[in-house]
Amino acid sequence: MQNLLLGASVVVALVVLFMIYKLATLISVAKGSKTDQEASSNNVNAVLMLAFLIIGGVAATWSAIAYFDLYNLPVASEHGVKTDSMFWITMWITGAAFVITHILLFYFSFKYRYKKDATALYYPDNHKLELIWTIVPAVVLTILVGYGLTVWNEITDKAPEQAEVVEIMGAQFAWRVRYPGADNALGKYDYRKIDDSNAFGMDLSDKNSHDDFVPREIHLPKGKPVLLKIRARDVLHSVFLPQFRVKMDAVPGMPTQFWFVPTKSTADMRAETGNPDFNYELACTEICGSGHYAMRMIVVVDEPADYEEWKKSQQTWLAQNPEYLSQVPEELQEVAMLSAGIEENESKDSSL
Amino acid sequence: MSTANIDLMDEMGHDDHDHHEQGFLSKYIFSTDHKTIAKQFLISGIIWAIIGGLLSVVFRLQLGFPDMDMAWLRPILGEWINIDAATGMGKLDTEFYLALVTMHGTIMVFFVLTAGLSGTFSNFLIPLQIGARDMASGFMNMLSYWFFFASSAIMFISFFISTGPASGSWVIYPPLSALPQSMSGAGLGMTLWLVAMALFIVSTLLGGINYIATVINLRTDGMSFTKLPLTIWAFFLTAIIGLLSFPVLLSAALLLILDRSFGTSFFLSEIYIGGEALPNMGGSPILFQHLFWFLGHPEVYIVLLPSLGITSEIIATNSRKPIFGYKAMIGSMMGIAILSFVVWAHHMFVTGMNPFAGSIFMLLTLIIAVPSAIKAFNYITTLWKGNIIFTPAMMFSIGLVSFFISGGVTGIFLGNAALDIQLHDTYFVTAHFHLVMGSAAFFGMIAGVYHWFPKMFGRMMNRKLGYIHFWTSFIGIYLIFFPMHYIGIAGFPRRYYSFTNFDAFSTFTDLNAFISIAAIATFAAQLIFVFNFFYSIFKGRRATKNPWNSTTLEWTTPIEPGHGNWPGAIPKVYRWPYDLSKPGAKEDFIMQDVPYAETPESNLPHEQELAGLEDKGDNTIKVD
Repeated sequence: MQNLLLGASVVVALVVLFMIYKLATLISVAKGSKTDQEASSNNVNAVLMLAFLIIGGVAATWSAIAYFDLYNLPVASEHGVKTDSMFWITMWITGAAFVITHILLFYFSFKYRYKKDATALYYPDNHKLELIWTIVPAVVLTILVGYGLTVWNEITDKAPEQAEVVEIMGAQFAWRVRYPGADNALGKYDYRKIDDSNAFGMDLSDKNSHDDFVPREIHLPKGKPVLLKIRARDVLHSVFLPQFRVKMDAVPGMPTQFWFVPTKSTADMRAETGNPDFNYELACTEICGSGHYAMRMIVVVDEPADYEEWKKSQQTWLAQNPEYLSQVPEELQEVAMLSAGIEENESKDSSL
Repeated sequence: MSTANIDLMDEMGHDDHDHHEQGFLSKYIFSTDHKTIAKQFLISGIIWAIIGGLLSVVFRLQLGFPDMDMAWLRPILGEWINIDAATGMGKLDTEFYLALVTMHGTIMVFFVLTAGLSGTFSNFLIPLQIGARDMASGFMNMLSYWFFFASSAIMFISFFISTGPASGSWVIYPPLSALPQSMSGAGLGMTLWLVAMALFIVSTLLGGINYIATVINLRTDGMSFTKLPLTIWAFFLTAIIGLLSFPVLLSAALLLILDRSFGTSFFLSEIYIGGEALPNMGGSPILFQHLFWFLGHPEVYIVLLPSLGITSEIIATNSRKPIFGYKAMIGSMMGIAILSFVVWAHHMFVTGMNPFAGSIFMLLTLIIAVPSAIKAFNYITTLWKGNIIFTPAMMFSIGLVSFFISGGVTGIFLGNAALDIQLHDTYFVTAHFHLVMGSAAFFGMIAGVYHWFPKMFGRMMNRKLGYIHFWTSFIGIYLIFFPMHYIGIAGFPRRYYSFTNFDAFSTFTDLNAFISIAAIATFAAQLIFVFNFFYSIFKGRRATKNPWNSTTLEWTTPIEPGHGNWPGAIPKVYRWPYDLSKPGAKEDFIMQDVPYAETPESNLPHEQELAGLEDKGDNTIKVD
């Protein structure tokens, strides 16, 4: 690191040295024949424009190919395949515009550099030409908009009825997840009920909350729609699942959601990437404070059967925190113990 | 002639027989002369740009070399460098990293590219190019600078408080910016940020009202709107955008101040933080985002349009050709100005906003690409069959066109809601706006300085240093931001202190180091400009009256125009500003104040008719 720092300071030093050198030559420049010097530097700059086009073009192409495997993130969701193909179509269209305009820009700069006997063409407008380059981009953009809207509407459409519901909550600086448990319904919550153990602020007077469970990892079933119910406890956060092409802000006071279909299990992905340690990750993409860069949670995509098994093996939150049984209304307590999977004597012990 | 003009004439009269020297204070400090105020804005802008650039160097060191021992920065940054007790290694504080990012953004967007750019060139060029003695209100103009100065002072002071400057990013989204318990930068630092920005907005509004009033009222005889240089059109539209959008930011800031200090709940709802549930209910953080981006998006064009105007002028002059499609250029700027108000929510596709609203904003956003494309094509066609003189200003203008295209095409990705899902808040966005608005606007500003330096200081900047500055900056900026797209496509989120926590983001360490080196070198290259600028003010070659053979009115003033700009009568305008290389003309440029009657050899048929109607007699009568 020291070396790199040294390198940087060498660059700075060189620049300073050069400036001092120029200081000395400035006066002589002013005295020299002005027009000759200007004409020659004009040609040099024109050639450099062309050189920039060629070298820049080669470097851009090379880097785009060389880094392809690094930046082309594998995709693991149904809608992700669609947005990826739209991404590349857009890339080809805009890439063509980018290349053509840049060739013209730098080639014209080179070709029409100042020549002593040349005269510029007085060419103030051409309505036909202008009409063409208004209509062509407009048509192309209309197609892109139409395409984009179709995909966007599909993605943001209502989640299928049978979707697996998972609640994700962002808090400084960790993610927490809650599953609805056997009844497939998340219990109500109230932020005023939040405390150290009850991080979600679960409202235990709602019987749907009794079988909810709060695991340390997110598990998702492969091939089934998943509906993420997203909220935040303190400041804004944003759920980002890069391989699933999923991103949605977590907003305090305003629950959001995003649904998608994972198409590759963690095992599939390990095989595909050749990385036996591969894991899906959940990251935060909305600045949320000093720990923003460290809000990571592992996501595991299971085969549907494994997923069901995993769900069954999870202990409910209430069973993990039986002291909260006291918050359950009297008349619901027995049912609560049943659905939370709490043994009779165990609860007796804790409620004593 | 308006009353403002007459007042100035009186002042000039005094000068003639009374005193030629103003006191130092009224000439250089509390000046009401638009040229001096422009220079004040420019030099303040340069100082801010250096500060803003240095901040980016520090966080680029962190991003490029996460393992570096930063203990050597401790003499400057003090407690913001945490020394590990065991190893003695110095590490940048994670929250100070965010403060650096926040202040870099705030400084560059507002203090450099809004105040430094519009403040400089709108002030300097509007009166000179439309043929006015000064701004409509010199006093308001002075106030505008001093409000900016006060704002700058407060923002600068916020670096030196113990809790550090604002650190919730330049968009200051609540609740992060509203709750001091969420991060230390949300305390006093944020308060100072809001106060500074409130003053800044006052400054911008004072300036903007002045620019608009001046352009509408103080144009010289014959200077119709269709004869205005494109620079003035750009400044005029920019001022209108600013006038309509900045008050919305002010309201957002005021509501945020109320939420922070007076217990209201505009943006806060159902929050549990620091072990307690806050009483606020019913507010919406999304509301703030709407208010912020209602300014924030037009702000992009507030930053960019002046540069596009400057570039239009410079490219036409140095291609020795009329700007191609003058009316189309005005039309597209108007289109951009109007559309800039109806696209703001494309910054919010994934905030939980109604997806239908997302569709509408996506449609409108992609429409704005059409006028932008027209502008790019028109610049390129202006170069076609020109006789191009590569002044440093011209090269920076060509650089701007390149950045405008490179950054513009990626906007088509981000404006597409479905693609934005993946790209939002990644380095792809960072690369996009640093090219299209950051670097492009910056290049326009630099181009303007090189081009109008002779008019500002009566001396020339050194050409060769200008070329070196251009090539190092141009190549450097591409080396920084082109690779950044790859990092963005790979999904790397913005505002991350380090990427080592994630498997997905643990790649690209070499590329991040490369970008950091390029950024430091590019920053160093700017010192060439700083040197050239200050050196040339005092020691540059003496300028001639019209060094670039330009057509606009500022080049009819004396080499160093005094108070009131023209010693005698204000010139009258007869023609548009782009009579360059007109067939038949004696020279390859005809200035705007040359009547058609004097140029029968180059007049087009309809201009020949106008020549007969011109009444030369009233040229002098009108002004005195």
